[in-house]
Amino acid sequence: MAETFACSFTATELDARSGITEVVKRLREMGIPKLRVDEVQIALAEAVNNVVEHAYAGKTPGDVRIRCSLDPQRLWIDISDAGDPFPEGQLPEGKPANIDVPLDQLPEGGFGWFLIRELTSDIQYERNAGNNQLSLCFEIQVTRA
Amino acid sequence: MSLSSTVTDGAQIVTVNAERIDAAMAIRFKENMRSATESGPDRVILDLSEVQFIDSSGLGAIVAAMKQLGQGRQLDLAGPTPMVEKVFRLTRMDTIFNLYSSLTEAISETQVGT
Repeated sequence: MAETFACSFTATELDARSGITEVVKRLREMGIPKLRVDEVQIALAEAVNNVVEHAYAGKTPGDVRIRCSLDPQRLWIDISDAGDPFPEGQLPEGKPANIDVPLDQLPEGGFGWFLIRELTSDIQYERNAGNNQLSLCFEIQVTRA
Repeated sequence: MSLSSTVTDGAQIVTVNAERIDAAMAIRFKENMRSATESGPDRVILDLSEVQFIDSSGLGAIVAAMKQLGQGRQLDLAGPTPMVEKVFRLTRMDTIFNLYSSLTEAISETQVGT
């Protein structure tokens, strides 16, 4: 049987930080090894930052709702918001940023979706009744007996 | 966020006194780095040993801090925690910056060169 928990916060940078920190604390309490939680946190933070920066861009920030579900092999994290859909309803491809350029032209962004795709084993996205629902999957070995 | 800065052996050491360089902090980090490194030695060592989490905004802010140093000056990174090192490795930014496992190691590199 899967172990689940949920939380929500307002889509601002500071509330996102406390929301992410809270989810990370719960994942550690569930017995997921620290290094694995670090990786989950990277992907989760990038996905949540995108909601704050893009889905609610130019709007009053709404809620970000997170639901985590851990079974013996994998962790699913669902991230929902009532902001704008992804452009053309498609998730970004997440190509690696080109860093083979002169130093003064190095990219300062565009790493987010690459990191999400690198760190997850599966990603699902649905647009439903004005809500985005993004689900990130991570293979997990829980160490707790 | 707080940065503290000292100069030693011809390098400026800037220590990040924060656990996170994230989206909520990235712009301030870049601005504080600009004022901390406006003048001073050509080599700046950023001590990241207290940083437990960095996201792509934070990574971008470190890249920006390096770019705003300008030509002839260099930003090296010291003491990254495994999580921070992972983000640099995944994005291949570990090929752009010199990463030293500790501040001591970063400083002794200076001494080797002088």
